[in-house]
Amino acid sequence: MNYLRKLKNSYKGGISIFELKKVKYKNILNIENLVIEKHKVTCIVGESGSGKTTLIKLLNKIISSDSGKIFFNNQELNSINSVELRRNVVMLPQVPTIFPGNIKDNLLIGLKFAEKPLVDDDKLRQVLNIINLKKELLDESDSLSGGEKQRLTLGRVILLDPDVFLLDEPSSSLDEETERVIIEKLVSYSKEMNKTLIMVTHKKIAQIYSENIIHIHKGKVLQ
Amino acid sequence: MNDIIDLSLMQMIAAYIFVIILLVIVKFKKISREKEIFISSLRMTIQLIVTGYILVYVFNSPSPLYTILILIIMEIFAIYNIIKRTKTKLSSNLKKIIAFSMIFGTLSCILYFLFVVVRISPWYNPQYFIPIAGMLIGNSMTGISLGVNRLVDGMQSHKHLIEGALMLGATPKIAAKQIVDNAFDSAILPTINSMVGMGIVFLPGMMTGQILSGTSPVTAINYQIAIMLGILGSVSLTVILFVHLGYKTFFNDKDQLISNQ
Repeated sequence: MNYLRKLKNSYKGGISIFELKKVKYKNILNIENLVIEKHKVTCIVGESGSGKTTLIKLLNKIISSDSGKIFFNNQELNSINSVELRRNVVMLPQVPTIFPGNIKDNLLIGLKFAEKPLVDDDKLRQVLNIINLKKELLDESDSLSGGEKQRLTLGRVILLDPDVFLLDEPSSSLDEETERVIIEKLVSYSKEMNKTLIMVTHKKIAQIYSENIIHIHKGKVLQ
Repeated sequence: MNDIIDLSLMQMIAAYIFVIILLVIVKFKKISREKEIFISSLRMTIQLIVTGYILVYVFNSPSPLYTILILIIMEIFAIYNIIKRTKTKLSSNLKKIIAFSMIFGTLSCILYFLFVVVRISPWYNPQYFIPIAGMLIGNSMTGISLGVNRLVDGMQSHKHLIEGALMLGATPKIAAKQIVDNAFDSAILPTINSMVGMGIVFLPGMMTGQILSGTSPVTAINYQIAIMLGILGSVSLTVILFVHLGYKTFFNDKDQLISNQ
């Protein structure tokens, strides 16, 4: 079985990190077969309500499919401990989740959640640079704009250093120029660090930066 | 000086003037609460009269069976009241946790209080067993009710924060920590506040009752201090049990939030 899967992957030209087979979730998603490649930038596109967010939620195991199987690194998702999986396959929701406190608190809270060792201020400033947030660590996060909050939550996810990033419209609150800068930095960071980047985004971004594009229409993957 | 003034029927009726005054005020102010005030006054009167007769009977013919029966009735009534008082619909698992926390939390404190602190004899002595059990169960009921409301509200209104934490790799325990802590705080706070004001702002009911019935204020105060500590222990234990077991009912075995709660 593993051999066949590997053979198929080699035929497609990459190693699969996720593989979905006959996956159904309510009336929202119905995927016959889908392979997502390791160490690649994959963009998920489709109109609103098509099931894009549901797909990445399934990969993060924050929800589970009603039927079908999902494999992560050839291991069935249901056999993997959910918390361990999520520490390796981190998801960033579309609406930024900001906790009371300053920027530093909001960056570090992800590490606390994932029970990972905390980092020093220099590392935090490096992350602020990746997300292009020109703020001080002790600035209150309440006063940030919508776009800045979105970048802050992105920084929190980068700090967690997972193998897979699942990002739900990470640039939806950003203006076009900031969006270009952020996505560019994000893509080059994930390439440099050998990460798998899977993001729900709009077509324009997908056309420029993605190595694979998944089109979803009314819950189905368009071939 | 120490003669107890027995209240006659006329004197009792005279006390109802307070209810009439309240009814007139709400009527005048057009606050539509007449029905609730009337029903609650009536319920209080009937419940106390019935309880009075039952207690007279039980005190006159003490038996382990009666004491245990009354304890069971008090527990059932308290658990039913907590579930009924909660504004939102509770899952059956959460109801089970409420019942377990109430029974285990209050029983262990009641038994410790009666057998180690007061050292009653015989063990089922209703004169001590029933009022002390009543106070511990009653206060724990109020505490756990506040805790239930705060926990359910918190889990529902902060769903996105909890889910956001889970997505980053938090365990359900870490993701719900803030809500669990808040629920515990709000449940325990009234007990702590009442301890702070005790003896200065108000004289507690049990102590007042004992003094009115001729007990020396020193004995009454000793009892009051002991019972307050017992109440603190019982409320804390039931609420700790409830919040630490209760939050788990909002997650499934895949560490996902159960969406319909």
